[in-house]
Amino acid sequence: MKDLGRMNNPYSDDKVLDACSLFGVMDTTGRRFSGKEVVRAIANMHVRGNGLGGGFAIYGLYPQYADHYAFHIMYLSQEGKSEVEAFLKRRFRLLHAEEVPTRPIPAIVYPPLVWRYFLEVDSQECDGQSQDDYVVDRVMEINTGVKDAFVFSSGKNMAVFKGVGYPEEIAEYFCLEQYEGYLWTAHGRFPTNTPGWWGGAHPFNILDWTVVHNGEISSYGINRRYLEQFGYHCTMQTDTEVVAYAIDLLMRKHGLPIEIVAKILAPPFWSDIERRPPSEQALLLALRQVYGSLLLNGPFTVIIAHHGEMIGFTDRIRLRPLTVGVKGPVLYLSSEESAIRLVCPDLERAWIPMGGEPIVGSLHRPLVPREMAIAGGTASDAD
Amino acid sequence: MKTYLPPKFFVDRDPNRCIQCRVCVNQCTFDAHRYDAEDDEVRSHEENCVGCHRCVLFCPTHALTIRRNPLDYRENYNWRPEVIEDIIKQAETGGVLLTGMGNDKGYRIYWDHLVLNASQVTNPSIDPLREPMELTTYLGRKPDRVEVEQGSPSLKTELAPQVKIEVPVMFAAMSYGAVSINVHESLARAAAEAGTLWNTGEGGLHPKLYKYGDNTIVQVASGRFGVHPEYLDVARVIEIKIGQGAKPGIGGHLPGEKVSAEVSMTRMIPKGTDALSPAPQHDIYSIEDLAQLVYALKEATNYTKPVAVKIAAVHNSAAIASGMVRAGADIIVLDGLRGATGAAPKIIRDNVGIPIEMALASVDTRLRQEGIRSQASVVISGGIRNSGDVAKAIALGADAVYIGTAALVALGCTLCQQCHTGKCAWGICTTDLALTKRVNPDIGTRRLANLLRGWSLELKDILGGMGINALESLRGNRLHLRGVGLTDTELEILGVEMAGN
Repeated sequence: MKDLGRMNNPYSDDKVLDACSLFGVMDTTGRRFSGKEVVRAIANMHVRGNGLGGGFAIYGLYPQYADHYAFHIMYLSQEGKSEVEAFLKRRFRLLHAEEVPTRPIPAIVYPPLVWRYFLEVDSQECDGQSQDDYVVDRVMEINTGVKDAFVFSSGKNMAVFKGVGYPEEIAEYFCLEQYEGYLWTAHGRFPTNTPGWWGGAHPFNILDWTVVHNGEISSYGINRRYLEQFGYHCTMQTDTEVVAYAIDLLMRKHGLPIEIVAKILAPPFWSDIERRPPSEQALLLALRQVYGSLLLNGPFTVIIAHHGEMIGFTDRIRLRPLTVGVKGPVLYLSSEESAIRLVCPDLERAWIPMGGEPIVGSLHRPLVPREMAIAGGTASDAD
Repeated sequence: MKTYLPPKFFVDRDPNRCIQCRVCVNQCTFDAHRYDAEDDEVRSHEENCVGCHRCVLFCPTHALTIRRNPLDYRENYNWRPEVIEDIIKQAETGGVLLTGMGNDKGYRIYWDHLVLNASQVTNPSIDPLREPMELTTYLGRKPDRVEVEQGSPSLKTELAPQVKIEVPVMFAAMSYGAVSINVHESLARAAAEAGTLWNTGEGGLHPKLYKYGDNTIVQVASGRFGVHPEYLDVARVIEIKIGQGAKPGIGGHLPGEKVSAEVSMTRMIPKGTDALSPAPQHDIYSIEDLAQLVYALKEATNYTKPVAVKIAAVHNSAAIASGMVRAGADIIVLDGLRGATGAAPKIIRDNVGIPIEMALASVDTRLRQEGIRSQASVVISGGIRNSGDVAKAIALGADAVYIGTAALVALGCTLCQQCHTGKCAWGICTTDLALTKRVNPDIGTRRLANLLRGWSLELKDILGGMGINALESLRGNRLHLRGVGLTDTELEILGVEMAGN
């Protein structure tokens, strides 16, 4: 179990280059469903990964603890575990702790010990901070301060399961067929410059935000430096981290809606902006002028999720694939259409969005069956 | 007194080629060529030759070769020929040695120790011939965040004035009086054509160039020459000049001979009088005084245009720049050790200031540490030679660069460093009416616009190679730089990893 290379980024590279398979599915009515089909779909894109990282995010996972922060923590040693548990008891009210059930399979070797904790924040502990900010700080504290321990999931009523292996192997190992959620995202990884490490697998998570990402962010250097000005410190050494922090800054702290955030991360070209009507032009111009350092450049597709919402988009010239499928109230996002067709042969509609165009699935605006007015924008803005 | 100065150059005239056409005699403004009518032969005053190569280019039969005088003194690394000759000059004149252009000494040029990145396999490079590639840059103060009206997303935040440039290269301040009106016109028209800005320098703006106001940065410097309401109104940007890389801490002096009728009108000083720019601005003895001038200019122009503040890069530039941003500067201009001039004391030009690469890196880092980087754009100048330097400057953190020397070279300058003499044989740095005609504004515009076009194309290639299609993704993105042959301290200040890391 004591194999640091399995949990830490051994070369301390600033960013991880990878190519990947992505899959996301959401029932916009909030109906929970099993992950069996999700696993089949991501397994169908087996060759897009190389067995060095797979993972899943599930929303609506722990209805019995819906109001508690669910921490999933990897341990490399019993000392790390005792230290973290003492820390958690000191800084949180601990409702329940258990080992995450696993089943041994030949493909998963030297797995870390994985435990989950259901926690409540004592509002007096927060000292004026919001509970979310308090949790973020504690996660950073454990991840940077405690050896042999790593918090890889910290949201409410959701969780991430991930590790080194093909995603279908990770699913089998963590017995994901037992779980249900209304929104699943999945990731199969093909890192090119590091051997896989458990913490580096996707989804990347903070609070209830998750990001799965296929690609390489060539603007990483400036994205990171920009975020540092706002107190974000990229500790994970993967470029996916900047996506998560950028979303957190723009949505949670600057209060921007996701459609606007997508216009910041993958903005229209200057020449396109000039052709828009005046009020839209002024907005898009200001967004690029102010948030130019958050433009994500280079080839990527991301699927970002938080409670009630799943968003997918590509870089602005679509150098990585993304296909959208709709069946009734269910929205599918995938690297390949074949994966969607496999689990939903009678799709109502499938299409490839434009570069930078955000596809949003939302509980607030559920898709209506036989929805035909999807064209030209987000999949859910027809209500 | 017999001079002990040997000629710097030898003029080799091939007698088989020379046809005694006297073009060289007419072209040379330093009287290095003379025609001997008795012998019907062109001869040389080699001691006058400055090596500007005007005659070489214009000799119709290619009869001329200018060679450096080898000056084989006994070898001595400390007492090099230049050192010896400077002493000789001062022994003969008793004055401050003047010179033109930028520092020509062998200080490390960090651009030459930085290399750029490119995409291979894991991400595709982008072909700028087939895909959009964006160089557009907006200069000016930006807020930390944008607020939108809920519901129908529309802009709620009001932004300070932003100035758009299509290529992140602008023409540096060169005053009318130092350079000719034709040079100013060439710069203005080329800037308008390329969608960028040019800078008047501190000699005012000739009324016939007001029509290029949208592409003009007007300077307000210590002499306040040519500053009046209309001057400020026609401009796109106003720049307060505190210092200049070629002569940090030193003022300027335009000799009366250069103050012609037109210069006199533009500068608003009597014809033939010396135009003296004091070393400091006498209303700015501290940072709060700077804030007053910044806001006086903003008030005067009703907050319609950004105000830039230009300083020479000196030891504590980072702290100074931070103060400038807090004093209301919308654009910070840093002019480095190799920044050029029309005239400066040689000892100052060659010894004062710091390399622009270091100044830029430390200013950008400091402003980010203080969380105020977005409040001002950063523009650098001083020795930018090509689009590679531009790309590296952007990656270190600059929003745009100024070019002065490179622009003059495009107009014919060969860096003979005689700007201070007013005898520029290329007609650039002079107000002699006969000489200024040597720069034709139509041709000058073409040459300058061509240069910017060439650099833009190259910048797009560089960006595309990195797999980036917008300049803002390179700006401050030091991960796209690696150092070669630099010490740990140099790398640390530049914020750049060693090649191979």
